Amino acid sequence: MITEALIWAIFLLPLGSFAFSALVVRPFFNRYSLVSGIVTIGALGTAFAFSIWTLRSVIVHHDLNFEPIEWLEVGGATIEMGLLIDPLTAIMLVVVTGVSLLVQSYSLGYMEGDKSFCRYYSYMSLFTAAMLGLVLASNIIQLYVFWELVGVSSYLLIGFWHERPAAAAAAKKAFIITRIGDVGFLIAILYLFAKADEFAAAGLNAFHIPDIWQAAQPEAALGAVLGGTALTWLALGIFAGAAGKSGQFPLHAWLPDAMEGPTPVSALIHAATMVAAGVFLVARFFPVFEHSADAMMVVALVGAFTAVFAATMGLVMNDIKRVMAYSTISQLGYMMAALGLGLYAPAIFHLVTHAAFKALLFLGAGSVNHATGTFDMRYMGGLRRVMPVTYVLVLMSGLSLVGIIPLAGFWSKDEILLGAWDGSSVLDTWVNRVTFSALLAGVIMTAFYTIRMIILTFHGEFRGGVETELMEKAQTVPAGAADHGGVHLHESPLVMVLPMVVLGIAAVALGYLANPQWDMGIPKHWITGFLADGLGAALGLEGHGEALEFSWWMALVSTGAALAGVLLALVIYLRRKGKGADPLEHAGPLHTLLAQKYYVDTLYEDVIVRKGFFKVIAGTLDWIDRNLVDGIVDLIGWFFRNIGSAIGKFQTGQVQAYATGIAFGILAIILALLLAQ
Amino acid sequence: MVEEFNGLLTATVFLPAAGALFLLLFVKGDRNVRTFAVLIALADMVLSLVVFGLFDRSEGADRFQFVDQMTWIPDVGLNANFLLTVDGLSAPLVALTGLLGMCAVLASWHINLRVKEYFVWLLVLQTAVMGVFTSMDLLLFFLFWELELVPMFMLISVWGSGRKEYSAMKFLIFTIFGSALMLVGIVAVFLTEGVGTFNMVELSTEATMLTSAGLLIPLSGLFWLFFAGFAIKLPTWPLHTWLPDAHTDAPTAASVMLAGVLLKMGGYGLLRINVGMFPSQTDRFAWVLVVLGVVSVLYGAVVTMRQTDLKRLIAYSSVSHMGLVLVGIGSVGISQGTLTVTGLNGAAMQLFTHGTVTGLLFLAVGLVYEKTHTRYIPDLGGLAGRMPVVAVAMLIAGLASLGLPGLSGFVSELLVFMGAYTAYDWPTILAVSGIVLAAGYILWMIERTFFGPQRERFAHLTDASLVEAAPLALMIVTIIGVGVWPALLTDVFESGLNPMVDVLNGVINK
Repeated sequence: MITEALIWAIFLLPLGSFAFSALVVRPFFNRYSLVSGIVTIGALGTAFAFSIWTLRSVIVHHDLNFEPIEWLEVGGATIEMGLLIDPLTAIMLVVVTGVSLLVQSYSLGYMEGDKSFCRYYSYMSLFTAAMLGLVLASNIIQLYVFWELVGVSSYLLIGFWHERPAAAAAAKKAFIITRIGDVGFLIAILYLFAKADEFAAAGLNAFHIPDIWQAAQPEAALGAVLGGTALTWLALGIFAGAAGKSGQFPLHAWLPDAMEGPTPVSALIHAATMVAAGVFLVARFFPVFEHSADAMMVVALVGAFTAVFAATMGLVMNDIKRVMAYSTISQLGYMMAALGLGLYAPAIFHLVTHAAFKALLFLGAGSVNHATGTFDMRYMGGLRRVMPVTYVLVLMSGLSLVGIIPLAGFWSKDEILLGAWDGSSVLDTWVNRVTFSALLAGVIMTAFYTIRMIILTFHGEFRGGVETELMEKAQTVPAGAADHGGVHLHESPLVMVLPMVVLGIAAVALGYLANPQWDMGIPKHWITGFLADGLGAALGLEGHGEALEFSWWMALVSTGAALAGVLLALVIYLRRKGKGADPLEHAGPLHTLLAQKYYVDTLYEDVIVRKGFFKVIAGTLDWIDRNLVDGIVDLIGWFFRNIGSAIGKFQTGQVQAYATGIAFGILAIILALLLAQ
Repeated sequence: MVEEFNGLLTATVFLPAAGALFLLLFVKGDRNVRTFAVLIALADMVLSLVVFGLFDRSEGADRFQFVDQMTWIPDVGLNANFLLTVDGLSAPLVALTGLLGMCAVLASWHINLRVKEYFVWLLVLQTAVMGVFTSMDLLLFFLFWELELVPMFMLISVWGSGRKEYSAMKFLIFTIFGSALMLVGIVAVFLTEGVGTFNMVELSTEATMLTSAGLLIPLSGLFWLFFAGFAIKLPTWPLHTWLPDAHTDAPTAASVMLAGVLLKMGGYGLLRINVGMFPSQTDRFAWVLVVLGVVSVLYGAVVTMRQTDLKRLIAYSSVSHMGLVLVGIGSVGISQGTLTVTGLNGAAMQLFTHGTVTGLLFLAVGLVYEKTHTRYIPDLGGLAGRMPVVAVAMLIAGLASLGLPGLSGFVSELLVFMGAYTAYDWPTILAVSGIVLAAGYILWMIERTFFGPQRERFAHLTDASLVEAAPLALMIVTIIGVGVWPALLTDVFESGLNPMVDVLNGVINK
């Protein structure tokens, strides 16, 4: 059985490699920056081993309840730091450490020669440590602490090449937009604090996550401190935070811009850390959400809308990383929608498979960039001949994303679709129907943009890479080009390819965990049962465990939808020759609308922030501050200066004048006294 | 009256002044003056940390410790005593003053104009501020309160930049205006029949506290007289406009002291005198404090966005952050139930953390200004590559300022919000939304100053030297230390605030 200290070590090891890189290597041994990479990988490798061990301990039902440590006690508030080890945590630990380990290994090749190599690894360590801290947290404030640290490390990594204005701006945008969501999360915490007395009366701690689950149960025997509209608002506050981190509409706008970071960072952000944090948060508080039908409906509809909304934009992007970014937003929409529909285990399962294939897709994009110097697919093409391994791996992960049987992505997406069709007892039928239709439409679009991306990148003739791009656009150096020195078509080095192969195996084989039809060493619906049992066990409840029976009919429908998208893309793009305009541009205004991202960025940045907020609101207040608030002060000063000199005029020094004044004064007093009587 | 003399606080308070006197009379040569001033500041920092470290925070310990009490003006109708002591509220602020005093002296290493005079004023300033935090006799308190004005006025008007005379005078007049009102309050308290004391310990103890009986000025009037003095110092909207001018035109060290500890005198006064001596009025007017606080938080943050001068930007952000002190104190206004120390503790924590965070911000900006000769943000950019140490310091300070967990700012914000939410939920939610604005102005400022392409004319900039980096490191260690282990401070603050909370609970549930 794994010990408490070793579980803490999962979080402390990457934190230690951060401290080592930032405080020792960077200031004193920057010439040997490779050390920081090796140390990070060593720390993560160990953490990964401990994570596997933790997972095993959870599977065999070891008692993993540990006493939390008191961090801060002020007044009525006791804030603790502890470990919450359940199936969800255990799976997330393995995903986070595993993906991070592979990405760090890949980075050894990708970031080779970067002058900030050491800084890169220290940020990456911090990022992973923060995410692990978040996953392990047993206390909502502890979770919030690491939640924010995830945010700040992503800020540092997105803005890693801070000399590029676009990177610096994207980093800031990511932090601010996610922070808007965090306000909701923080208010939810404040609400819990306001309820602390009632929690205490029921023998619960308002910040302890399992206690919050208890308090949300309707049965009085379990606690029942939270309920009604307040419960809905609490859940929606938490969801606001989750929507920010997971790029759900309308807080999605930061995610595509986050591409400005180094590509392995994107892989980590999109697969295992950051965006997964939002889904994890909702899953973590699932026992709260499920008792509010309204909150569940909001989560389901926002997720479903985001799934389609983002997919449509993915159709027309020319930047390979942007296609993937919109794909991530869309897939996160699937996970959120699943959670909203009550499909706890399928949502997490999809998170796991998505982590594998999306990390691989991004690493593939990085590999392609290594060869061509660009991310613009209009200047790629034909790469399957020069980089066959990358091609095969990207194709496999792409098909996994599309949901082709028997790849991993099929199984997880299928469970979500099936659940959406069967419906959830909590929600109205129309919500189920709308969600299902949206998700099914999403499948067609996912297939289309994925195949389009693969064809544009790997098929046809090579279209010149970054050199042609620079010539045609006559613009400044695009992202990535400066650091990878132009076009030299070749397969990536082994240190980059090996991690991709490992992810490729995962992207194919993870479906085994669902294993819906056949008993192959593990029980049918193993992962669903494992997660749901964990949820039930925590509450001492049954009723989360019903696995959805695999349905050939649904598999047929979803595969049909996927194949339709694939065929459409094949027809449009495979036979296309040369470098003409993208066929989708024939769609005219619709294409423009999508390429302009529905003008959401324009609305946010130009209309709301620059014009509305900065010019009108801030401008007005600034004017008021200078002219009214401070103006009054200056006016008072002016008044006293002048009243001084005005009164000074009476001080003539002539006794006659004073005597006249005194005489009139006495007269006035006498008059006043007389009148008063 | 019991005469007792521990001596620790007297040494802590008067060491800088004694050093200044010695400096003035005996030390020759700029280099010697600097070294001597650094040694004095170092010794005083150690003393202040000793005060903080030795302060007995266990339950059942004396509320006021290290008492130095002597008859000052004997009973000839005035009855003022020399009384220095600290409780849990003031001990951390003494330590803060020691830390920032050290930073301020180090940050003045490159001052070349009238060097001796400069350091004399800086050391006198430290004595004055230490005195404010430790004197528990109203008259002595007032004396130190006024004493602080002189060195600060000189520092701004002689060693400042821009419209320095205007700003120094503005600072002086605003503060004196507040002090005048406060003095009326002090005199009215003393002249009240049956009171006849300036002893703040007695005035803030439940049994001997002022009651509404026999007062010259009603309790509410006294409350507002004191409030005016402290609100200007804090400063709260709409009395804040002296702050941006004073900050912008002050030399770096004066900005550090001004933002780091002088503003804290306002917050400290509110907690010590308004909350401590007039609990019933604090409870009654808590809503006013919350409204002023929320307006300061949001208004300050929005106006910060528009600033193009680095120092001015930080000054306005201070208005926003000091608004949180008022919001935290406003937690007293709960309508029912038991008041907990959370909000007040948050307000006190905010004093400490804002001192360190803004101190660090001004130190970093001072270095930027010293090396680039500009504070105008559009002229800056791309500095991160040239001066990574300053960039890291600025980034850490900025992140602490926007309330990043793991750094000190988060703890105080969280406690303030938690405390205030239980009393006024919607105003608190408004204040919480200020964290987005804070992220906006901080990150935008950092982006424009440090990120982006390196500029040709900054090609020869050097990073912070060892002397310049030392105060940065001191602040960073404090910020991270408090952020990771906040109980170090909150426990001490709690021991000082709990007696006040007990009194307040009696008032609320009456």
